[in-house]
Amino acid sequence: MRRTALLRSSTFRLTLAYLAVFGLSALVLLSFVYGASVTFMERQVMATIDAEVQGLREQYQTGGLAALARTIAFRAESDHNSGSVYVLFDTAGNVLAGNLDEPPAGRITDEGWLSFTRASDGKPVLAQAFLVDGRAHLLVGRTIEDKRDTQRLIRNAVFLGGAVMLVLGAAGGLVLSRWTLARLEAVNRTTTRIMGGDLGQRIAVKGGGDEFDELALNLNAMLERIEQLVAGMREVTDNVAHDLRTPLTRLRARIEVGLMGPLDPATARTVLEDTVNDAETLIATFDALLNIARAEAGEQRASWERVALREICRDVVDLYAPLAEDRHMTLVLRPGPDAAVAGNRHMLAQALANLVDNAIKYAPEGGRIEVGVGAGPPPVVEVADNGPGIPTHLRERALERFVRLAPDRTGPGNGLGLSLVKAVARLHGAALDLDDNRPGLVVRLRFQAPAGRILPSDGRPAEAIAAS
Amino acid sequence: MKILVIEDDVPSATYMAKGLEESGHAIDLAHDGKTGLLLAATNDYDVLVVDRMLPGLDGLSVVKTLRATGNATPVLFLSALGQVDNRVEGLKAGGDDYLVKPYAFSELLARIEALARRGAAAGEGEVQVTSLRYADLGMDLLSRRVERDGRRIDLQPREFKLLEVLLRHAGQVMTRTMLLEKVWDYRFDPQTNIIDVHISRLRQKIDKGFDVPLIHTVRGAGYSLRAPDGTP
Repeated sequence: MRRTALLRSSTFRLTLAYLAVFGLSALVLLSFVYGASVTFMERQVMATIDAEVQGLREQYQTGGLAALARTIAFRAESDHNSGSVYVLFDTAGNVLAGNLDEPPAGRITDEGWLSFTRASDGKPVLAQAFLVDGRAHLLVGRTIEDKRDTQRLIRNAVFLGGAVMLVLGAAGGLVLSRWTLARLEAVNRTTTRIMGGDLGQRIAVKGGGDEFDELALNLNAMLERIEQLVAGMREVTDNVAHDLRTPLTRLRARIEVGLMGPLDPATARTVLEDTVNDAETLIATFDALLNIARAEAGEQRASWERVALREICRDVVDLYAPLAEDRHMTLVLRPGPDAAVAGNRHMLAQALANLVDNAIKYAPEGGRIEVGVGAGPPPVVEVADNGPGIPTHLRERALERFVRLAPDRTGPGNGLGLSLVKAVARLHGAALDLDDNRPGLVVRLRFQAPAGRILPSDGRPAEAIAAS
Repeated sequence: MKILVIEDDVPSATYMAKGLEESGHAIDLAHDGKTGLLLAATNDYDVLVVDRMLPGLDGLSVVKTLRATGNATPVLFLSALGQVDNRVEGLKAGGDDYLVKPYAFSELLARIEALARRGAAAGEGEVQVTSLRYADLGMDLLSRRVERDGRRIDLQPREFKLLEVLLRHAGQVMTRTMLLEKVWDYRFDPQTNIIDVHISRLRQKIDKGFDVPLIHTVRGAGYSLRAPDGTP
């Protein structure tokens, strides 16, 4: 795995983004803690100073400036390490009493808070200033190195913690990215192999039931479906090749043989006429395939209209009645109610015609074929005969393209009739059932239009039309 | 009859032209939409045969333009696009008929001749007919009676309709597809040549017992109602 791929991986980027957000929030939190503790410490210092000032004020009120100077000298003397600062100096800057050698540099305000650095040891001092009697300045304060230490501590914590967090986060991100990349790589490798032509490949499933496993399972299911479709397609292609190649070979052979010897006009005519017939058969097969493909593509719904099922049944019965009669069969339309669906009447009529055609083809002499409409819902069209029927285990197969159950495959037909019926049924949202008519076969088209299918002509869904 | 064929595939256009010329028609060929439009606009044709897919200006636009200028020459669209939508589109654009490739030449010829007749009839103005007559065959459309040579013939409703269509197109070749379209109003190819059975029924009643048959089979094409002396 290349490092750049690792750094560009979305997991790594997500980790970095998360790190940034986390770092920012930690920073905000720490600065709040810092601000709060610094303020608290400052307030404590101020309260201590205020208490001292209170004591000094009492001394001054009872004993005047001299008593104040004495007290300050005493306190400065007794306080070596607690960090208190006292200094009393006159307006000229001469220190009268206290533990500062000289007044702090800079302009001294008469009254109020100030902070400065103690010259002797460089410690920061917070102090309150007073003007006493208009003759002397008093500063009472405390060193605040505690505050500075806290500041430093927090700053160090921020820097050190941040660095650790950054290192750990980046490392974690890398590990995480490696892990997800590895899982995705497995998927990618398999898909690449599949694209290379090996449709049998499947993505490994770890079995933990996580989202990667779910993805792998779904992809595998999709591959399964695609493999089935491709296999079906291959079968169709093979069949097309066979069923078109045979007449094409015959056609070519006929012409070649015709060209071998001298051609008298009569023979030439026969050869050409037979050739035209062969071409016609080819075109018919081709057309049938195209019709199926078109119905399966299902892109014609824009031109759909309201189709009265009974009417097309009547027309198809009317169309096939003479043929049935010639074969001494009875072809009748059962009396019953009408029903309508949204669809293409030419395709529906063709599907029905194919069913009747098949029934006439396979029913015995003197047989009976009944066409019926059921109002439903769902609306049903059925064609029932009393011929040999189709055994249960062969019914699925009968619907496949180019499949002809008659073993000799020599009778008329191209094995596409029922395939077209199936395609038209699917296009119209109808289920196609082959059932036992005891004896014979009954084929049913049950129009179970899915809810919400819209009829473009007047906007009513098919079911509403079927019910009206 | 003068026919303009606008088709970009030169070999099929040439074959079509040869076939049509042999059937006694005069043919002009155009291999792209612009040339075709120019020829159609400047000459007087009986029928235009227009391929839908053409380089430059496509077939639909050619016909739309012609119709917009008031040219009413009958148009037969040829197309490799078979969907119902495409057919409807073609007819909406001003086409009069639509044939999907691959087609049989006989089908093309029959449809062209039917269109030319219709164009000529439209030129004479619509005449409401109440009876049809051809040779010694007569049909009364109001009383729905048919007689031949003075003898009354009983026909089933569908046989009546079939004979009516043949009579209206007497002398012309009607293909099986055309008959299924005109008599039953369906457009599809039945697996079995079901039309043949209907024609043979009709023949039993119209021609049986008469010296001269009227319903003729045209090999490889379809049927035609024709008298031996060629009376139109």
